Amino acid sequence: MFAFILRRLAVAVPTILVLVVLSYILMFAAPGGPFNAERPLPPQVLANIEARYGLDQPYWKQIFNYIWKIVTEFDFGPSFKYRDRTVSQIIGQGFPVTFVYGFWSFVVAVVAGISLGVAAAVKHNSWLDYFAVGLSIGAQSLPNFVMAPILVIVFTLWLQWLPGGGWNGGQWQYVVLPVIALSTSYMASIARITRSSMLEVLNAGFIRTARAKGLPMSRIIWKHAMKPAMLPVLSYLGPAFVLMITGSVVVDVYFSTGGIGQFFVNAAFNRDYSVMMGVTILMGVLTIVFNLIVDLLYAWIDPKIRY
Amino acid sequence: MLTSRTSPDQILDAAHRAEIKGRSLWRDAMTRFARNRAALVSLIVLMLVFVFAIFGGYISPHQPDYVDFMLRGNIKELGVPSLENGHYFGLEKEGRDLYTRVVQGTRISIMVGVIGSLVAVVVGTLYGAISGYFGGKVDSIMMRIVDILIAIPFMFVIILLLVIFGRSMIMLFVGIGLMSWLNMARIARGQTLTIKNKEYVEAAIASGVKPIVIILRHIVPNLAGIVVVYATLLVPELIITESFISFLGLGVQEPMTSLGALISDGASQLNYGTTWMLIFPLFFFLITLYAFFFVGDGLRDALDPKDR
Amino acid sequence: MKLKNLLTATTAAGLVLAAGVAMAAGTHPETGEALADVQTFVYATIDESPSIDPGLVEDVEGSAVVRDLFEGLMNQDREGNPIPGVATSYDVSDDKLTYTFHLRPEAMWSDGTPVKASDFVFAWQRVANPETASPYAWYMELMSVAGAAEIIAGEATPDTLGVAATDDHTLVVTLTQPLPYFPEMVTHTTTFPVPQHVVEAKGAEWIQPENFVGNGAYVLTEHVQQERLVRAKSDTYWDKDNVYITEVTRLVINDENQALTRWQAGEVDKTETLPTGQYGALSAEYPTEAISVPELCTYYYNFNLRDGSPEWEHDVRVRQALSLAVDRDIIVNNVLGAGQIAAYTFTPGATAGFEVPEVPAATMTQEERNAKAQALMAEAGYGADNPLKLEILYNTSEAHKSIAIAVSQMWKQTLGVEATMGNMEWQTFLEARGNGSFEISRAGWCGDYNEASTFLDLMASGSGYNDSKFNNARVDELLASAKTMEDPSANYTEIEHIVSEEMPVIPIYHYAAAFMLNDAVKGWPLDNVQQTWYSRQLYKVAE
Repeated sequence: MFAFILRRLAVAVPTILVLVVLSYILMFAAPGGPFNAERPLPPQVLANIEARYGLDQPYWKQIFNYIWKIVTEFDFGPSFKYRDRTVSQIIGQGFPVTFVYGFWSFVVAVVAGISLGVAAAVKHNSWLDYFAVGLSIGAQSLPNFVMAPILVIVFTLWLQWLPGGGWNGGQWQYVVLPVIALSTSYMASIARITRSSMLEVLNAGFIRTARAKGLPMSRIIWKHAMKPAMLPVLSYLGPAFVLMITGSVVVDVYFSTGGIGQFFVNAAFNRDYSVMMGVTILMGVLTIVFNLIVDLLYAWIDPKIRY
Repeated sequence: MLTSRTSPDQILDAAHRAEIKGRSLWRDAMTRFARNRAALVSLIVLMLVFVFAIFGGYISPHQPDYVDFMLRGNIKELGVPSLENGHYFGLEKEGRDLYTRVVQGTRISIMVGVIGSLVAVVVGTLYGAISGYFGGKVDSIMMRIVDILIAIPFMFVIILLLVIFGRSMIMLFVGIGLMSWLNMARIARGQTLTIKNKEYVEAAIASGVKPIVIILRHIVPNLAGIVVVYATLLVPELIITESFISFLGLGVQEPMTSLGALISDGASQLNYGTTWMLIFPLFFFLITLYAFFFVGDGLRDALDPKDR
Repeated sequence: MKLKNLLTATTAAGLVLAAGVAMAAGTHPETGEALADVQTFVYATIDESPSIDPGLVEDVEGSAVVRDLFEGLMNQDREGNPIPGVATSYDVSDDKLTYTFHLRPEAMWSDGTPVKASDFVFAWQRVANPETASPYAWYMELMSVAGAAEIIAGEATPDTLGVAATDDHTLVVTLTQPLPYFPEMVTHTTTFPVPQHVVEAKGAEWIQPENFVGNGAYVLTEHVQQERLVRAKSDTYWDKDNVYITEVTRLVINDENQALTRWQAGEVDKTETLPTGQYGALSAEYPTEAISVPELCTYYYNFNLRDGSPEWEHDVRVRQALSLAVDRDIIVNNVLGAGQIAAYTFTPGATAGFEVPEVPAATMTQEERNAKAQALMAEAGYGADNPLKLEILYNTSEAHKSIAIAVSQMWKQTLGVEATMGNMEWQTFLEARGNGSFEISRAGWCGDYNEASTFLDLMASGSGYNDSKFNNARVDELLASAKTMEDPSANYTEIEHIVSEEMPVIPIYHYAAAFMLNDAVKGWPLDNVQQTWYSRQLYKVAE
């Protein structure tokens, strides 16, 4: 097991390297640059700024310097756009925000989604099933950019219960609406994957045998059906967790949370290469780590799985 | 034991056998499908939506791109849905007829959703099944590629597609296709890891069946259940993603429209007393999703040999 | 020394107390209005500022923050006239090349150290220094400070800049040419002082709240990027007795609809913008709170006159017809409806000393324009059997989209032109427009200063901003001669006439800035055309 984890972590290093180089190539190939503006800067001023950030160097050298600084000093450089901050400061400020609302969204989505999915599967084709399915499709067809303004109009403008945005250090009032907006569609997806997977498992031979033996349903589900049914849900949850804790642009924009999701998209629009790369690496590392965790959980669910 | 679900193979196979066996299998399936009221109703709804998307424009006196400048200044009062002036769904925020735009948007979005999920299903399932089946180094490399693609700044891929190839519907589908299969691949691979340890797969391996045949005959059919679910999950996601891709400049451009764009426009006007701009496109989005789901679910149940 | 400190502290405490009493009494000393008990001001902006360091600040909203946190030599009053800031007065030499500013001795940094002339010298050299890489380094050149151009070009060291501190309270600036507007120019945030002792000790992070030291009416207490920036009233500011708002919070709300909803919910006192087309309804609902003021900006469409662009672009009849068929009144009243002004010529009428020339198109009715446009199109050989096809390119934005949709429909309904629209993400758009891969592209231009040449210079064949690549020898000549003329208005009128005949661009409208401002907030400088505001000008009245 340890050997497997070590091997995977060793592979992670070249994977991240490839990711960095590929992302750089994409960024350089895309039109524009961090200091292009509607009103171009005087050439000499632009040259000074580009020299300051090393953009006058050949592409390969910029990539090399970038990686070198990370390896030797763990320095991700200054932001090209937000010049009072370094990339580490920006991520250090934005990631905790998205992590908090992303984590709670994850908890809500998993608990509600799995309960709903299991209930629907057990009472297949009953009113409960239809209700669960109806709810989850309804939740999915309300994209978060529709949900966010509705939430603000209802809870802030009409009821005056919750603030319509901001973060304010993460007080609970500010977390509620982002969590609702982010978790619903994930909850719906989890419910539907759980339902389908559970249905399949409940139809399988060994469960039928167990039922034939007269074991109580709750016991069958918890002891026998739950584990195998969770396998596809897990495959979905790995990447979903990463996506949730790195935040959603829509949530960040509509609730003005100052989270990393918004920084990522703004950095792309602004061609803020350094912030762009910082967030990309963060995404890459998290993806690799959580996919590794998912793989380990697979092996726990089904001990026969070998990698 | 997990049993096989619908796969194109099986349907063909079933059809083939059905002919020989006096169509009993098909009739069984159809009877079962017909007994599932939700599925049957949904099928009818889905057909109606298709009819609406294709022919809906003919019953309107208006064109989807025509701006009525007489009404443009005061849409809140003059643009209310009305049968008299032929703006059945009212006007959208630029002063154009919402009904014909919903027709057009539904057509485009169904296309985007269906084609995108097809790409995801075909590419993702095969990729995942191959990766999971071979395991070891192959799996490691194939999955690391997926990891990289998940983390890569997708926006730049879209921008480059736009810059290099120009804007077109085909590029939109390429863009959507490129991103839609990644999670499908991960899910398919996860399931494959456990399916390949089943007796029937091991038996097939022992009897020297070629890997590709095993994957297509034994693995892929057993993935069908989760694949169908994931595909129906992808449809709304892709319809929404389309509006983001178009936002970057690739794909559907004004005066053409999509459900995603209409919903997003409608949502932005939510607080200005013109809720019809959101409700109509959202309604068609919703019923299409419900219909897709129940038809998919019903088909799966109907074709499942074990439910008899 | 100790005693003096103590004395200062006591006086300060006394003043705070006095201020407290004044506030509890609750009237404004000048207007006599009843003041609200809570004097906090919250405003929303669309984007985070790239920097709030005076040396690096580049955006309008960032400058507003800098004006609160720092104070330059001169300030602006509510009408935009320069008034004393850190400088109490200045002397000009006879050749008008040397300005001597006398700094007020009581000016203090928020850490208690005095503001010295050397802080200005340090700040100005820092802006010009290539190592700082300031996006506004060119402002030093624009101010004609001696040596600025050479320093920016890397040919001279920063200490050669023509600015010197002869003692702690005297700053001497040497210019390369007389500049009558120089005192106005030092109200600009790029010229503001920075505390040398802090910047040198803390480096780039000196501007973060934990290190912050400023000399303005407010101090930075919190700055969460993309979320909020809070500044609190400074108790070291020399004029603190006339500062009413005790806390100013700037929120970043990317979505203007959300910002408006939150304004309606009372969470913010002021929005930066209003969603396109909503001003009319809002001003009916909130007549005193929906505000629109004209801006010195022009919105226009570029034709593409480069060689190799489609044939029709080079036909002046087609360009004329397309321009005539755009019904500006509908765009201004029905599409935008926030006090924008229809544009038939390029320079906004609000520009100082500029008379809008009477071009023929401006005086016709839209029916006449349409008829003429149709005739011109027919003459150029386009009609129902041979429709003109073109594409309008714009950067992704709701407002640009609305205008493109309206314009394309006007062309279609009047001229049968088949126009498609293409949007692009900002940077891609800039590149496409810059290198001429477009047929018609959207553009906007805001004046750098309040004079017509800031607009008309765009029509010069050599201008970097001339995206249509208009090339007219007479225009170039008129622009060149206008530079040295006493009264260039005849030249400007002639240029406008040439532009409206040649039609390299379609002027559509002149901007207006529309926003919501809470009734309780008073003192907003609406009469300042540049919308330069200071939080210390504001106060909240009791409702």
